[in-house]
Amino acid sequence: MVENRPFAQFMAYLTLALGVVIVAFPVYLAIMASTFDTATIINGNMPLVPGDQAAENYSRTLFYGGMHARQPVGMMMLNSMVMAMGIAVGKILISILSAFAVVYFKFPFRKTAFWIIFITLMLPVEVRIYPTYKIVADLGLLDTYTGLILPLIASATGTLLFRQFFMTIPDELLEASKIDGAGAFRFFKDTLLPLSLTTVAALFVIQFIYGWNQYLWPLLITTKSSMQTIVIGIKMMITTTDALTEWNVAMTTAVLAMLPPVLVVIFMQRLFVKGLVETEK
Amino acid sequence: MAGVTLDTVRKIYAGNVEAVKGVSLGIEDGSFCVLVGPSGCGKSTLLRMIAGLETISGGEVKIGDRVVNQMEPADRDIAMVFQNYALYPHMSVYDNMAYGLKNRKTPKDEIDRRVKEAARILAIESFLARKPRQLSGGQRQRVAMGRAIVRKPQVFLFDEPLSNLDAKLRVQMRVEIKRLQRALGVTSIYVTHDQVEAMTLSDKLVVMSGGQIEQVGSPAEVYRRPETRFVATFIGSPPMNILPGTVEGPGRVSVGGQSIAVTDMREGLTPGSAIEVGLRPEDVQAGGAGASSLSMDIDFVEELGATQLFHGKVAGAEFIVQASTGQLPADTRNLTLAVDPGNVHLFDPQTTKRLGRV
Repeated sequence: MVENRPFAQFMAYLTLALGVVIVAFPVYLAIMASTFDTATIINGNMPLVPGDQAAENYSRTLFYGGMHARQPVGMMMLNSMVMAMGIAVGKILISILSAFAVVYFKFPFRKTAFWIIFITLMLPVEVRIYPTYKIVADLGLLDTYTGLILPLIASATGTLLFRQFFMTIPDELLEASKIDGAGAFRFFKDTLLPLSLTTVAALFVIQFIYGWNQYLWPLLITTKSSMQTIVIGIKMMITTTDALTEWNVAMTTAVLAMLPPVLVVIFMQRLFVKGLVETEK
Repeated sequence: MAGVTLDTVRKIYAGNVEAVKGVSLGIEDGSFCVLVGPSGCGKSTLLRMIAGLETISGGEVKIGDRVVNQMEPADRDIAMVFQNYALYPHMSVYDNMAYGLKNRKTPKDEIDRRVKEAARILAIESFLARKPRQLSGGQRQRVAMGRAIVRKPQVFLFDEPLSNLDAKLRVQMRVEIKRLQRALGVTSIYVTHDQVEAMTLSDKLVVMSGGQIEQVGSPAEVYRRPETRFVATFIGSPPMNILPGTVEGPGRVSVGGQSIAVTDMREGLTPGSAIEVGLRPEDVQAGGAGASSLSMDIDFVEELGATQLFHGKVAGAEFIVQASTGQLPADTRNLTLAVDPGNVHLFDPQTTKRLGRV
């Protein structure tokens, strides 16, 4: 369609630009706030251009922490990283294997198994939080990485995504590899896995961010401050009642918390988009 | 090398649907056997049972003298070329061809030698490093054949390998498959619904319909002496004309009151009983009022370039005559057709079987 309506076009761009500003301004504000000292932020006249406290804020936050939390954010980031990676990798492993089973093997109650997996979509962590907590506590997994990761790695979304992808792979490919002497596992390793790489990447991005942003579950099962994740760290920095919030440290932590997901998205964006839209086999 | 023997092979799907109804067939070592029939006739199912991709519900499949009913496809010593080629999209052409050998733990230098040799035979040496998606249809087809060749199997199985190609390429690849099979001398079983492919490729032509074999024979035999009305109308293009007639006496039948002589006619048929008279469009000659002739009303003419097809009616039934272009004026309204008694095929209207000399 060829159209030339400058006013309509201007309005469209204006709307879009407004949307970008609404989303981006708080982020910009957080980044700016991480470059000033507490006093500058508190007095309400924080300039919108970078200050000179960036190096000081970042090194103090990373290696020492705030006045109240007293935990170096570097360590929280490590905890979050272990949890997010564990969840993402674990989810991918479990869901690709269960999708493989559901699509390529004929066993009794195959459909039932698939529907049970499907139904778990309707049971997020929040709904089953008490029994899950009880089990994890009884297993002695409180304050461990295993306890943080394990209850979150079952993934119906991942299983569904892989199942849909596997169903688009022509049966002849399986038959050709049967004739080529490849058993089930070899077919999985040599053919299915390489073809699923983009789907794996897409799922990794989604699940890494999901894992990184977990709040309720780590809040429940971590009691030691050395096991805290960064999302909880931010929360602890701003809810102090009898003292000034160190806004510079909180904002620095927020910026640091944004960093890994942003990097994951930036570096995996191309694969991610391909994985979600790819139809060519 | 080995022949393939099928003994009353059956395939029954869930719900008691019988796709293959007891097929027995012997395929000689080194021959090119084509299974042809309309879609749903069981030809692909039969091929997939030989390959081991479908379980065999009854009967026995032998490759050489081994019964392979319970064997995995990989252990049957066969190679298969699929309709959509089924190349591994993420592997290079070289790896596609080498994959089966790697799984068999063939030594690396042997794999390399075989892949290079197959690539040379198929003229795909310059594509070895490419991925399948960078190749054209014809090139992919070659790679699929290369993957079959490197394995040096006892039997090649082809499942409609040319149907994804355009018409011109199909003719070209058809010739190449034939040449390759001659050169390698490997027993081949080829499934197609295209009767031209079937005629040109086969040493042994197997016409199937409704899960059963209608006729087995050389292409010439099947064309010259079809055993059933189905075979008569399926093989040959345009299809054989079938006219309703009655028996007059030994060696004579009548079609709409016009009497024609027949060479190949069963003895002892009751005069006056109904019979079906088959005539190929290319076997009847326009003009000439001999002892056997039929009159035809023409509706329209189809131009094919070298030949013309005259569509019309004989004794109230649809009839097609093929004539060289220029032999008849295009505005011909009716014709007298001379019928050679040797070219008349007779079929039983009930059983549809041929009523030729025993």
